[in-house]
Amino acid sequence: MDFLQILSNTTSSILSPATIAYALAAVGLAVNFGYAGLLNMGVAASMAIGAYGYAISALTFGFPWWAGMFVGVGASIIFALLLGIPTLRLRGDYLAIVTIAAAEVVRLLFLTNTFDAITGSADGLSGYHDSFRASNPIPDGTYGIGPFTYNATGWWVRIFGLVILALAVLIVFTIMRSPWGRVVKGIREDEDAVRALGKNVYAYKMQALVIGGVFGALGGIVYALPSSVNPGVYVTSLTFFIYTALLLGGAATVFGPVLGAVLFWVVQTFLSNVLPALVTSGILPFMSTTQAQTLRFILVGVALMLLVIFKPQGLLGNKKELTFVKQ
Amino acid sequence: MSNSEELPGGDEPMSTAAPEQRPKSTGLHKGEIAPGVAKVDPIIIADDIRRTFGGLTAVDVKHIEIPRNAITALIGPNGAGKTTLFNLLTGFDKPDAGKWTFEGHSLSGVPAFKVAQLGQVRTFQLTKALGLLTVLENMKLGAKGQRGERLLSSLFPALWRKQESEIEERAMVLLQKFKLAEKSEDFAASLSGGQRKLLEMARALMSEPTLVMLDEPMAGVNPALTQSLLDHILDLKDEGMTVLFVEHDMHMVRHIADWVIVMAEGKVVAEGPPDEVMKNQAVIDAYLGAHQDVDLGVVTGRIAGDIPEVGKYMADEVATLDGNIRSRSHKDSTPPEHPEKSS
Amino acid sequence: MTTTRIRRARWTKRSGVLALATLTATLALTLLAGPAAADDINLDKYDFKVVGNVKLNSVPLEDIEIKVDGGGYSAEVKTDAEGRWAIGVPEKGDYTVTLNEDTLPTDIAVVDEADDSPNVKEVSIGPSGSAVMNFFIGRGERNQTSFFDQLVERTVNGLNFGLMLGLAAIGLSLVYGTTSISNFAHGEMVTFGALATLVMSGGLGVPIWGAIPIAILLSMAFGYVLDAGLWRPLRKRGVGVVQLMIVSIGLSLALRYIFQFFIGGGTAQLPGADSPKIKLFGSVSLSVVDMTSMGISVVVILAVAWWLVRTRIGKATRAVADNPSLAAASGIDVDFVVRVVWIVAAGLAGLSGILWAYFRPGIRWDMGAQILLLIFAAVTLGGLGTAFGALVGSIVIGLLVELSTLWISSDLKYVGALGVLVLVLLLRPQGLLGRKERVG
Repeated sequence: MDFLQILSNTTSSILSPATIAYALAAVGLAVNFGYAGLLNMGVAASMAIGAYGYAISALTFGFPWWAGMFVGVGASIIFALLLGIPTLRLRGDYLAIVTIAAAEVVRLLFLTNTFDAITGSADGLSGYHDSFRASNPIPDGTYGIGPFTYNATGWWVRIFGLVILALAVLIVFTIMRSPWGRVVKGIREDEDAVRALGKNVYAYKMQALVIGGVFGALGGIVYALPSSVNPGVYVTSLTFFIYTALLLGGAATVFGPVLGAVLFWVVQTFLSNVLPALVTSGILPFMSTTQAQTLRFILVGVALMLLVIFKPQGLLGNKKELTFVKQ
Repeated sequence: MSNSEELPGGDEPMSTAAPEQRPKSTGLHKGEIAPGVAKVDPIIIADDIRRTFGGLTAVDVKHIEIPRNAITALIGPNGAGKTTLFNLLTGFDKPDAGKWTFEGHSLSGVPAFKVAQLGQVRTFQLTKALGLLTVLENMKLGAKGQRGERLLSSLFPALWRKQESEIEERAMVLLQKFKLAEKSEDFAASLSGGQRKLLEMARALMSEPTLVMLDEPMAGVNPALTQSLLDHILDLKDEGMTVLFVEHDMHMVRHIADWVIVMAEGKVVAEGPPDEVMKNQAVIDAYLGAHQDVDLGVVTGRIAGDIPEVGKYMADEVATLDGNIRSRSHKDSTPPEHPEKSS
Repeated sequence: MTTTRIRRARWTKRSGVLALATLTATLALTLLAGPAAADDINLDKYDFKVVGNVKLNSVPLEDIEIKVDGGGYSAEVKTDAEGRWAIGVPEKGDYTVTLNEDTLPTDIAVVDEADDSPNVKEVSIGPSGSAVMNFFIGRGERNQTSFFDQLVERTVNGLNFGLMLGLAAIGLSLVYGTTSISNFAHGEMVTFGALATLVMSGGLGVPIWGAIPIAILLSMAFGYVLDAGLWRPLRKRGVGVVQLMIVSIGLSLALRYIFQFFIGGGTAQLPGADSPKIKLFGSVSLSVVDMTSMGISVVVILAVAWWLVRTRIGKATRAVADNPSLAAASGIDVDFVVRVVWIVAAGLAGLSGILWAYFRPGIRWDMGAQILLLIFAAVTLGGLGTAFGALVGSIVIGLLVELSTLWISSDLKYVGALGVLVLVLLLRPQGLLGRKERVG
């Protein structure tokens, strides 16, 4: 077993685009679920719409990268509005089922052969990087120390992702300490009470849903920046993984989602490196390397259950401010 | 974080000093008293309001007017449709038919939040204190027209910080008055049931309403807090507001209401000043229908109507009713006025 | 002609499976897929392949749809400018190659005098790891099924699918009604039934008529274990419904990957999955398995209905679903009822999984998760928490899924069903049979 390599891979995952993407989506989900109490199960769809919006703008319409990002974010805003109009008046569990169904519809629409010319169906999309990479201010070469050594493109993707993430965190930090955040938290507790005080609950929920959708789309874009858009990524499980990351850090916190995303990927990367290595070196008998890879997803499921039961406020959350609405 | 009732402030028993009887508002109606009588200065006028759940008609009100700057009580047996009417008037439920106005604005089809913005705020039968917000945050939530509640301006604290501190000042004054100031930084979930009722009322006042609608303000309140709550309600009238409340507690109705509207089976069966309305045959029938265990002897005596001092007699009779009603409303604190499951 | 029609009916089913099979690709971080090329698919993913080309008098035909099915796998490509196509396949075995004649230019067809369905061919992967299938195209009659025949065929299929969805949906609905849990692990209870049958018949050699009842009993035991080991303790802790829902999501993930851990990512078949078709009337032909499946569904659903309406415990179940605290106050042992509900729901889900394993056909580790959303759609459509509504919702969804392929691409058939779910919630949030209640 090459422990140094395993440790290096694990450490490197702290800065991976996937981690940043998860953190962005989880910050958005914190606004939805942690603060506004909206059971949005459509995170994967927001991410898919962001990623496909970006890639299709570049490939089909030849847009520059920044315009593609606006398209991806804009499309996810439209998606959030379409989703919110019928569902935000419904009970919480209906919202969960409708959003998860809508996310599946979105995924199937990207997957179908019917729109193959635009979406690439099962193959997904790639080769849309030219514009983004052309605007990379970092000269060619490899930079960094230890595990954090990447080439110019690698750094450009990461720096871009981190700047977006920092902005997202700053925005959530600010609005959640404002009267707007107070109304939204009030809605989480009891929307009728807030309505009786003259607040347009529907509009606030919609705003929260849109914010979550925008951050989800940005997460999807960052996820797609280094390599390709693959429809196999935007499955229901992705939404569940984002929930795991969010609940790990703390649903009603600003930095919790970021911490949760980092921990999620660090543990995932560590396990995906160490488990097969343990099998090969005979420490984990009765198991193939494929099974060892499966084991870490079993652990995600178990971790999610244990978290929700025993530490629902997450690592950074306030024990008193449990975020689960008793419906 | 103690949950106990013996906290400083609002919980001190007020029974030591006999409550002063404040003067009632009179001359509220025009013409002969009858269900749906016109008022001299109505704040709410409603016509032909009907709401059915499946086959059951919960509310069927021909005409009703609520007098301005007075305290009106809405009473009636369980299932009479009081809370449903409340929900309809405040936009929390939609009637099958009917129209109503508040200060001349038509409220048909107006959503609940707009009704509240117009100055008609309500509280709930089951208190809706926002438990995971602090008491002060609960209060601040009540204030209207906050710049920082708009998403874009919320991003720039400079735009709303000044208004926020004004609101906070106003909230602290009210909390002082409601004897909750010391708890301002605690989560509302840590308050006792009675304190939550007070908080809910104080929070409603933050929006500077013209009409305050209280749904069973006394339900579940520690008797020690009752007097203080009654005083607060009387204060509202003195400050120029109108109060409409649903209540089962006849003591409270008699003590503070200027006008009483009695509902049964969804209809207004009687209305009038409290002392007079309790003599009304329809009222007795309504309560008898629901409380067959009322001492029949008393009732028969009154039906004969040959007792000269009706008012004095009524006091005793109402006391009997009280006992029955109170023991009943303690048993089922949620009268099944919605036949459907609440979500 | 018969085989063709059956194949076409199967086509729709399998391509749905394809759509959802692709979703199971886990979090592959970097997928080195080349630019979208429709003339080949899954070649990097699998070791084996089926290839061929389509030409008319040595002129290549472009954009002709070719589909390969077999062993629960299905994939579809279009020919390139040289008329070539290639499809990667997961296992060394027999596959059916179908050329979609609707994509041919007018007036031409696949011709083969010796075959009455020349556009459908069987191939076996040889020792080389690949198989070649070239179609001979000429002028001739197309091998077509009339719209009416397709309509009847798919209606029957839709009913069959709807009934098996119904088995699962009734259980989900009973659980929701009595415990308020939106159980996302219900799909894994479906998979469990199919897997238990596989282990019994394939692993332990129990004949299939014995394996299925044993598997159902095991499913019920599984339901008991879940309630006793997880849900009941959580009820006692007073865990909120949103938390319970997320716990069920965690449980779903854990179980799903445990299944994958043991049976891997492939597809396994139950004995009798390829039973012969029997022509019934008109164009309707059903296999013995299909007919048995529908019969079992109907009988079991009637039995559950009788149980709910007539028996003491069934009535108690409905009382608990109606108002748990009132039921408890009137002397009903709510915990016992809930436990029975979990056992019944798990048994029904297990049976549904077995039948679905024949319908798909094939058993996969994530087969339950594939139809979970359809089950939810059925339950929501019928009105959350009403068992009979769930049945009606299931049949509507089953028919919708199958019939929608008459007009839309078969890999979009779930889109129609889920789209209807969203529409119904918009227009009638209480569902088709739900009581009207204030939902917002």
